[in-house]
Amino acid sequence: MPALPLGEAGLYVAAAFAVVAVLVLVYVAIIGSKIARIERDLGALTDSLEGHAGAGVPTRPTV
Amino acid sequence: MFGRGLVTLALITAAAVGLALGMVFLYAPLDADQGFVQKIFYLHVPLALVALAGFVAAGVMGALHLRSGDSAWDLRSYVAIHLSTILGVGVLVTGAIWARASWGHWWVWSEPTLVAFLIVFLLYAVYPMLRFSIEDPGRQGRYASVFAVAAGAFVPLNFAIVRSAESLTHPQVFSTTGSGMPAEMLATFLASMVAMALLYATLWKLELTAKHASEQLRRLRRRAERRAGESVAPRPGGGASAGSSRTGAPALSGTAYAAPRGGR
Repeated sequence: MPALPLGEAGLYVAAAFAVVAVLVLVYVAIIGSKIARIERDLGALTDSLEGHAGAGVPTRPTV
Repeated sequence: MFGRGLVTLALITAAAVGLALGMVFLYAPLDADQGFVQKIFYLHVPLALVALAGFVAAGVMGALHLRSGDSAWDLRSYVAIHLSTILGVGVLVTGAIWARASWGHWWVWSEPTLVAFLIVFLLYAVYPMLRFSIEDPGRQGRYASVFAVAAGAFVPLNFAIVRSAESLTHPQVFSTTGSGMPAEMLATFLASMVAMALLYATLWKLELTAKHASEQLRRLRRRAERRAGESVAPRPGGGASAGSSRTGAPALSGTAYAAPRGGR
C-alpha cells in the first residue's frame, strides 16, 4: 500500500498513542484509588485503636 | 520496603518518556515507504518487547518463589504478569491500528507474528482465573509460580519459532545482519525501548507498593482483631469482658484494644 497522506496517517498515529496513554492512565488511576482506600482504612484503624486506647486505659491519677 | 525510590524512578521515567516522544516526533526521519504511520513502530515494538520480557521475568520470579518459598517472589511474579497482560492489550490494539493503516486490514490471521502474540496473550489471560480459583494462599502461590515458569519458558520459544518462520506481511525489524535502520531511527527506537522499560519498572513498583501496603494493613487488622479477641475471651470463672459482640465474635469496639498486654 502507498504511504497514507499526513492527515489520515496522523489520525492512526494519534489513536495508537492515545490508546496506550489511556491504558497507562487508567492503570495508574486504579492503583491510585487502591492506595487511597488503603490510606482511608489505615486511618480508620488508627482512629479506632487510638479511640479504644483512650477509652480503656485508665489515666494516671494526678497527685 | 517496596516503595523505596519510587518517586525518583517515576521522575526518571517521565524524563525518559518525554525525551523519547520528542525524538519520535521531532528527530526521527519519516520512513520512505510507510511515511508518518511508521511512528507507531516506536510505540508498538518496545511495548511488545517489554511485555514479553515481563512475562519471562515473571517466570524467573516464579522459579525463585518455588526455590526459596518466599511469598514476596510470588507477589512480584503476579504483578509482572498482570502488568505485561495490560501492556499486551496495548500491543494488540496498536498493532491492529498500524496494520489497518499500512496493510488495509485490522488483523491478518495468516500472519504468524500476530497469531503467536495472541496465543501468548490468551495463555496469560488464563493466569488470574487459575490463581484466584485456589483459596489456600500457599497452594495458590505454588500453582501460580509453576504456571509462570512454564508459560515464561514458552515465550522465548514461541518468539524464536515465529522469527524463524517466513513472515508474509509483518516487518522484521532486527535480523542477524542488523537493524537496517538509519542511525537516527535506531537511536529513537533505543530511546523508546529505554523509556518503555522504565515505564514498566515504575508501574510494577507502584502496584507492588500498593499490594504490599494492602497486605500490611490486612495483617495489622488481623492482629488488632486477635488482640481484641484475646481481651474478650472468657476468663476463668468469669464472663467475657466488654467488647464482645452478641454473636460471641470478637468486636472491634468497646475497650477491647485498651486491654494491657498482660491482661490475659
